[in-house]
Amino acid sequence: MLKDKLIRSFFVSLWFAVLTFPIMVVRVNTIEDTVTWRWGNLLMVLLGSYALSFLWFIALERKFNGSKKQTRFAKTFNTLRATVGENRNLKLALVAGVLLFVVIFPFITSFYQMSIMNTALMYVMLGLGLNIVIGLGGILHLGYIAFFLVGSYSYALLNIHFGLNFWLALPIGGLLALILGILIAVPVLRLRGDYLAIVTLAFGEITRIVVENWSSLTGGPSGIRSIPRPAIPGLDLNLTDTAKLVYFIMIVLAALTIFITIRLKDSRIGRALIAMREDEIACQSMGINTTQMKVIAFALGSVFAGVAGVVFAANTTFINPASFTIWESVMVLLIVVLGGMGSIPGVVVAALVIKLLPEYLRAFSQYRMLVFGAVLIIMMIFKPDGLLPEKRKHYSFTEDDKAEMKAEGN
Amino acid sequence: MKKTVLFMILLVASVTLIFAQGGAEKAETIKIGVAGAHSGDLASYGLPTVNAVELVAEKINAAGGIDGKMVELVIEDDQCKPEIATNTAAKLVGEDVVAVVGHICSGATKAALDIYNESGIPTISPSATSPALTKSGDYPNFLRTIAPDDAQAVLQVDFAINKLGSKKVAVLHDKGDYGKGLADFAKAALDATSAASVVLFEGVTPGAVDYSAVINKIEQSGADTVIYGGYHPEAAQIVGEMRAKGMKLAFIGGDGVKDDTFIAVAGKNAEGVYATAPVDTTSNPIAVAAAEEHIAKYGEEYGAFFLNAYAAAQALMNAIDAANSTDYDAVMKAFTSEYVETPLGSISFDEKGDAIGVGFSMYQVKSGSFAQLD
Amino acid sequence: MSLDYFFKLFIGGLTKGSIYALIAIGYTMVYGIIGLINFAHGEVYMIGAFTALIVAGVFSALNLPVVAILAISVLIAMLFSAGYGYTLEKIAYKPLRTAPRLSALISAIGMSMFLQNYVLLAQTSNFLPFPQIIPEFAFLEPVKQTLRSTQLVILVTTAVVMVLLTLLIKYTRIGKAMRATSQDRTMALLSGVNVNKVISMTFIIGSATAALGGVLITGHTGRVHFYIGFLVGIKAFVAAVLGGIGSIPGAVLGSFVLGFTESFGAGYISSDYEDVFAFIILILILVFRPAGLLGKSTAQKV
Repeated sequence: MLKDKLIRSFFVSLWFAVLTFPIMVVRVNTIEDTVTWRWGNLLMVLLGSYALSFLWFIALERKFNGSKKQTRFAKTFNTLRATVGENRNLKLALVAGVLLFVVIFPFITSFYQMSIMNTALMYVMLGLGLNIVIGLGGILHLGYIAFFLVGSYSYALLNIHFGLNFWLALPIGGLLALILGILIAVPVLRLRGDYLAIVTLAFGEITRIVVENWSSLTGGPSGIRSIPRPAIPGLDLNLTDTAKLVYFIMIVLAALTIFITIRLKDSRIGRALIAMREDEIACQSMGINTTQMKVIAFALGSVFAGVAGVVFAANTTFINPASFTIWESVMVLLIVVLGGMGSIPGVVVAALVIKLLPEYLRAFSQYRMLVFGAVLIIMMIFKPDGLLPEKRKHYSFTEDDKAEMKAEGN
Repeated sequence: MKKTVLFMILLVASVTLIFAQGGAEKAETIKIGVAGAHSGDLASYGLPTVNAVELVAEKINAAGGIDGKMVELVIEDDQCKPEIATNTAAKLVGEDVVAVVGHICSGATKAALDIYNESGIPTISPSATSPALTKSGDYPNFLRTIAPDDAQAVLQVDFAINKLGSKKVAVLHDKGDYGKGLADFAKAALDATSAASVVLFEGVTPGAVDYSAVINKIEQSGADTVIYGGYHPEAAQIVGEMRAKGMKLAFIGGDGVKDDTFIAVAGKNAEGVYATAPVDTTSNPIAVAAAEEHIAKYGEEYGAFFLNAYAAAQALMNAIDAANSTDYDAVMKAFTSEYVETPLGSISFDEKGDAIGVGFSMYQVKSGSFAQLD
Repeated sequence: MSLDYFFKLFIGGLTKGSIYALIAIGYTMVYGIIGLINFAHGEVYMIGAFTALIVAGVFSALNLPVVAILAISVLIAMLFSAGYGYTLEKIAYKPLRTAPRLSALISAIGMSMFLQNYVLLAQTSNFLPFPQIIPEFAFLEPVKQTLRSTQLVILVTTAVVMVLLTLLIKYTRIGKAMRATSQDRTMALLSGVNVNKVISMTFIIGSATAALGGVLITGHTGRVHFYIGFLVGIKAFVAAVLGGIGSIPGAVLGSFVLGFTESFGAGYISSDYEDVFAFIILILILVFRPAGLLGKSTAQKV
């Protein structure tokens, strides 16, 4: 009942006005011993919470009554998706268009645009990597950024001590991350769900703290600077051209990651992982070695992060442990969740949105984290499958198939 | 077929719209970038710099600009994160700034400097104190209006040995870039002399609820002085716990500790605590005027590094003016050959980019506020 | 290293343990009832501390005796934190009760981020000094060097809270309802337990405890900041898991194990790796006892 909601919203707004009163309205400064009252905020809370709670109630009711009535926006979006999905020509055209855009992008944009796109692409790779662990394997990994750190530091350190160049560092960074991944997977396997999550978080933090304190090896909190950018031996590239180089490297890497993930999903291992994600016990009783599967998921995810880490170090030219905290892991988690666990286009889109939008909306940067937090909550409640949910392969046996079989065989 | 075409047109159109670079009219202005932490928890270190540069720019523009051209500011946030700082630098370079005031944090500065270096953009920072920025020689385009941390550490050790007669020093840090850096230099200075020795060198975790383990360790080590590299919140807690235990050791902090919040948090335990910080120039007439300007425009007192940023902006404008152009080499030369009257005194710059005429002093908390010792 | 040194580290560990325990109790209660790790619990703690600061600031202008201001601040802080706890459950967790565990966990992380930044934006990014609300006790003078009044108060409060809550759960009706809900929610519902009310009650009690902890601990450290909840929260959470999440005695035991590990580790080895010791102990314990120290290994029904 609409009227019902209007009245309930009224009470809710009163509740919020009282609840948030100390924090929103009063500001106590104990250094200067002042107390400021901001009554404007009270009005804002009253009106804002009224509007929001009203929308919230409507949305909740829709969700729980399994409302099939979609908004016009959702309808058009879905029809668009369906038309493209079914029409082969459209699909090809879309793919061609994207490819064309991807290739000419660096030549039509500025250094700044490329710079932020490169950052976004690194996170696409991170998202895809974590997607394998969470989306395919169902393991909540809160320490993912540790592999990113390993990749970055391996390049930086090997470069300083052994003069290792960027191209060799790429696979080596991935390899080292892989080793760490396997090392971590071993104790972590026996644990379920929430315990698993906290242990991955612990490992992530341990990695960061060790790097932070082992100054003689890693430069400690001051980090490592003047890391050489990627270069083509023989060519002297300026800044803009290096950015273009990084861009193409990232495109190739991202494409590789996407390719590997798609092949993985279709493989035996991939299907075993999905089975494990859905129901671990049923999976075990089917004879699948879940232990092995978990290690594989972990290890694969870590390799991608390691390689992305090498590019990160080369691109930023300065790394320190502060870039690899829990919040960075949460950011990647946000990307995977927002995009849709297990869904490749979803993760790509989510990574681009999360990394590019704040750059375009620099004016609102102080609300960024607030919005991210709210988005996580809202996504989980209303669209847990993400923006572009994973499309599972659908095997069906229809009347036509039946007729066909009849005609063929017997 | 029609659908396909329509779809493609829509796609290309929308994408081009997003990335289209509308040709900016190149007006005759001198663009100066201001980069630092303008949001997030370190914003209080970055925003005062924005205010300072704005005030200086306004003054210059009111007087007719530099060589007739108006000064235009491009203000960008980097949240003190190195990876965002590179993007910020890219943005500023894209906007054709001729110089940058910033960044605020040493880490972000290190990341961004490469980009400015290659683009020939002089960069002057009011607060990045990592010695490597100037001493290493890797960043010829960098200058700063604050003394580097190794100078602080030397002052601390000097003071401890000569004025306090310390023999056994416990050096603590907060495991951060600035704090550990300071502690490392202090340790190096102590190791170089036989007059005193380092009996403990440990890091504490910022935000921990209780530091009794470390403090017990200090007591155990027999130290007579503590030198701390880090910020005031942890320092206040450590000092508080030490005094509560009845430990009367001398405590020497750096400029991260010299903050009124330290005194407010530590209360009566703050009495007698030493801290190094930039020389107090608040009575300098230019500083006084700047403070008044700030209150007039923003309605409150200025924040961290304001005077340093004011001086940096002034030095920059002066250099461009003296060079009569925005050419990189000319401006950099002007920095080293000109003396500028700033809130910090009359300053110039040496070949490496460090400011001449800017130094550190020792302060002590007396009767509830920091007093400069001479 | 002398016995005296050991003893001092022991007291330090005790202090840390009791601090973590006050917060860990809230984590464990919520987990026991709905199987969710309430990441936002640390933020409720922080909001409690902030509220107390604000209330104390407002009331101190009225020139009341310090003890009265302390009492009022604590009570109001507990009240408001309970309100926040109740509200965030209704917003972020209730709609996800039937959803997979992963969703609720992510929603919790989101709520944690949201609350942190809410306080950051609404208040300040600076560290605010917290008034010394617990006076130095006269009878502690001789042992002042080893045990301060704030430490004693926290220790005693933790003990009292633990006893009270255990009694509550064992001997009261609401306690019985809580136990029933945590064992089997559907059956409890069928037996006539108002599950919604029980869950809300749990959050309220847990949050109030967190707020109490917030006030006392902030009185000990001397400062408030929007980020303090997260840092202590992680540790307390580790403690709760270590001791066996879902069990209140487990949370307290885990907290002390953690506190001692940190204190002795820092005191005898190195303070640099303090957090690493804590995490290593966690991993070790979970490797050998996957359900935590006092946790019950629940057989999973297929």
